[in-house]
Amino acid sequence: MESPSKATTMDCPESLKSSATSRRSLLLGGASFAAWAYLPKFARAADGRDPRLVVVILRGALDGLATVAPVGDPDYAGLHGSIALTPDGPHAALMLDSFFALHPAMPEFARMYREKHAAIIHAVATPYRDRSHFDGQDVLESGFAGPGRVQSGWLNRALEALPRGDRVTTALAVGPTTPLVLRGAAPTVGWAPVALPQAADDTAMRLVELYSHRDPALASALSQGLQLDKSAQGDDMKPKPGTNGAGAMRLVARGAAKLMAADDGPRIAALAFDGWDTHANEGGPVGRLAQLLSGLDGALAEFEQGLGERWRDTVIVVATEFGRTAHINGTEGTDHGTGTVALLAGGAIKGGRVISDWPGLKPANLYQARDLAPTTDLRAALKGVLHDHLGLGERVLADNVFPDSAAAKPMKGLVG
Amino acid sequence: MRTFNIAAATLKGNPMARDSQAALVALNRFGLGARGGASGDFVNAASDPRGFVKAELDRPNGALLEAPGLQSTPALAQEVFAYQLEQKQAREAAAKSGTATPPPEANPAPSAADDKMQRRNLSLDRMAMEMSPKESAKEPAKASAENANAAMTPADAMQPNAQKPPQSPLNVIQKTFRAEALARLQRASLVDCGFTERLVVFWSNHFCISANKGGLARMWAGSFEREAIRPHVLGRFADMLKAVEQHPAMLFFLDNQQSLGPDSRAGQNRNRGLNENLAREIMELHTLGVGGGYSQDDVTSLARIITGWTFAGRQGKLGTPGVFVFNANAHEPGPQRLLGQLYEDNGVAQGEAALGFIARHPSTAKFVATKFARHFVSDDPPPALVARLRDVFSKTDGDLKALAIALLDSDEAWQAPPTKLRSPYEFVVATGRLLSQMPQDPSRYLGGLNLLGQPLWSPAGPNGFADTNAAWAAPEGMKLRLDISAQVASRLADNVDPRDLLELAVADAASPETRRTIERAESRQQALALLLMSPEFQRR
Repeated sequence: MESPSKATTMDCPESLKSSATSRRSLLLGGASFAAWAYLPKFARAADGRDPRLVVVILRGALDGLATVAPVGDPDYAGLHGSIALTPDGPHAALMLDSFFALHPAMPEFARMYREKHAAIIHAVATPYRDRSHFDGQDVLESGFAGPGRVQSGWLNRALEALPRGDRVTTALAVGPTTPLVLRGAAPTVGWAPVALPQAADDTAMRLVELYSHRDPALASALSQGLQLDKSAQGDDMKPKPGTNGAGAMRLVARGAAKLMAADDGPRIAALAFDGWDTHANEGGPVGRLAQLLSGLDGALAEFEQGLGERWRDTVIVVATEFGRTAHINGTEGTDHGTGTVALLAGGAIKGGRVISDWPGLKPANLYQARDLAPTTDLRAALKGVLHDHLGLGERVLADNVFPDSAAAKPMKGLVG
Repeated sequence: MRTFNIAAATLKGNPMARDSQAALVALNRFGLGARGGASGDFVNAASDPRGFVKAELDRPNGALLEAPGLQSTPALAQEVFAYQLEQKQAREAAAKSGTATPPPEANPAPSAADDKMQRRNLSLDRMAMEMSPKESAKEPAKASAENANAAMTPADAMQPNAQKPPQSPLNVIQKTFRAEALARLQRASLVDCGFTERLVVFWSNHFCISANKGGLARMWAGSFEREAIRPHVLGRFADMLKAVEQHPAMLFFLDNQQSLGPDSRAGQNRNRGLNENLAREIMELHTLGVGGGYSQDDVTSLARIITGWTFAGRQGKLGTPGVFVFNANAHEPGPQRLLGQLYEDNGVAQGEAALGFIARHPSTAKFVATKFARHFVSDDPPPALVARLRDVFSKTDGDLKALAIALLDSDEAWQAPPTKLRSPYEFVVATGRLLSQMPQDPSRYLGGLNLLGQPLWSPAGPNGFADTNAAWAAPEGMKLRLDISAQVASRLADNVDPRDLLELAVADAASPETRRTIERAESRQQALALLLMSPEFQRR
């Protein structure tokens, strides 16, 4: 055929017809949002507390050592090499205490930390000890001790234990996917910025890389196609929400916060952000990870602003499936590792602290001589939040929400 | 480029040999791709690649497609004629009552509107924007108990989501087209290897019509393939040629119902004459090929010979509406000389004899053999293979089953590196098969084909869709394939493990780079999108 037609006739992909709440939502790549469909009964409790909980999943494995850098550890700078953060210089990391420094792309989180509404748990990990993203995300989100249990997530099972109140009535379209953490028997509603009109840049980059090794003709065609597409969108220097993870994160968070701020809006929600798998050109104080962290920082700020006075009773937990190697690799990035950070933010958090049983970065202290060794079980932190913030009992937490986790006692004093 | 080392034992059909590269050839070059789940397609193909492909050829009537609700061409004609009459009356009534525009349902959506839209170069973004309801964000939630969990049940994954924009009801032409498309897609999703379906697609494209020609063409696109192509894909070329050129859909598509013998009674009465369109395409595209030894005089002769080949219209003057008829009144009287042969005027038999001769012409054998090898093997197929296929075609009097077997028996067809890109149709069908989807609604598939430039049964011209790599491995095409793969993955990846799918579709024929890329993807969604875009899945 001489001129393949790119047009649509009377049939369009259904995915584009449906659940598209706005032009904006269609531009959002790599992010999703879903929420519990009921207002918990305790929202009307006598003490006036009306807790809100947001779980943010960072898919791809966040480099905890780059996010909250142990600049006081004598081995850190050598291991993280060219991308290590420093407490001084043009893009100085933000000192949290005398030992840990926050990535400079996160000034909002730093402010919350100073205001004691943000905390960090360091050298933390789920019970998963291998290095597959899929399996690691399964463990993180399912709450089971091992991979392969993908029928329901821990947050959904926690909701089952809550007294069910009125149905959420805020307008929510039902999106096609829900993060595993919120999947299960307890009814949820999703919001729809998951109708991706375009593949994420990161996926395209990986495919170009594969083609460059295996199929140069397709590599050339796809690269040109991606370039054409950028030009067609106009100014290709300016970050676009759809192609820029940071913009997308802010927009999803803004929408979610607006929904959750309403009197009859959802109280418990989960978001997932993609793109944290920084194998190459991770960047230090500026660069790829910095952009992502800036987006996350912006998302947290959007929640704070959008929730208004509800922020006081809010907890946001940010977690990832595992960490990355302590030593940078040969492509200025980091490979799959083990220990990492979890971030807590919100007015209900007893913040201003880095909670860590620091294992040290000496070769002998690294997990399998390559990763930050995990000294805290992430489940203990999550159980602590569910216990103190939502009032779930230790028994249900150990038996149902995080099966076989009795040894990981709920961490005390995170909320209050 | 990947090298292909196929064990000699496999080529000789040793059932004990297991050869993953040959399995890939069997499934992707000759078939529609491995099905997911417990199909065992890859294992079966690897243990006996040739036998796996050939098995379908032994099923009697395996190419025929019958499904409840699919009707014959005349029955469809009567429906469309009734519909068009209704539209006309509505327009006239509207004109009489002074209404400036016809009622909305009177818009001829399937033809003129489609043509207009086809010419617009819509981007995905723009399309998405146009398709999205402007106010839906403010609509009250339909958060009923039934749909509250919709996001989590696998059965719903392929179904349309809640809160669809209101759409005007489909007219009979659109409904028929979708039903025909669905039947074809379901067949393609079900079959074991899919070689027979690939043959149907090949011949349907060789003898293509375009649904964009108008309401009748859209109405008949499916019945044309069912009636003129499928019965003959494992039969005789001459029989297919006759069935095609006498099918109302082809006569309408290439205007032969308008062609009148200048000296026929109708030609004299109306002072009108020949339309050479069909005659030219028969020789140029369907049989001899460009440079196949025919002249302009031959075109004109054939056009005269097939004057009177038409179909009965709405009023049924010539017969049951929608059936092929020979209209002697429109037929050019007298003998005609074509390609050096003299054809006496014995009515419809004059044209049938001419087609029979053309079907057996050496140029036809060469043209068909070349296209056949180009479709399955490579853009520049090995000359020895083409020559062998040509000889088989000639010696067997155009036995298309023998042609297919000769292709499968050749070493070249198994050893050629996978340089061809799956066509959009092969890609979307293979994707659905791997993800164990049984289409219940053709919309996603049709939408994907439209975007990728291969709208079903609607090529831009009578030469059909291109069959070369350059047409499909184009920059925008690859970008759109990636977008579609990402969309599919965002809907369907939650309940699959892409690493398992890689084993089902490619197994140890996967390159280390592809395997690593999928294993290292940062999410299931990304891994599935990359698998669908991998060279092993895209090339054949």
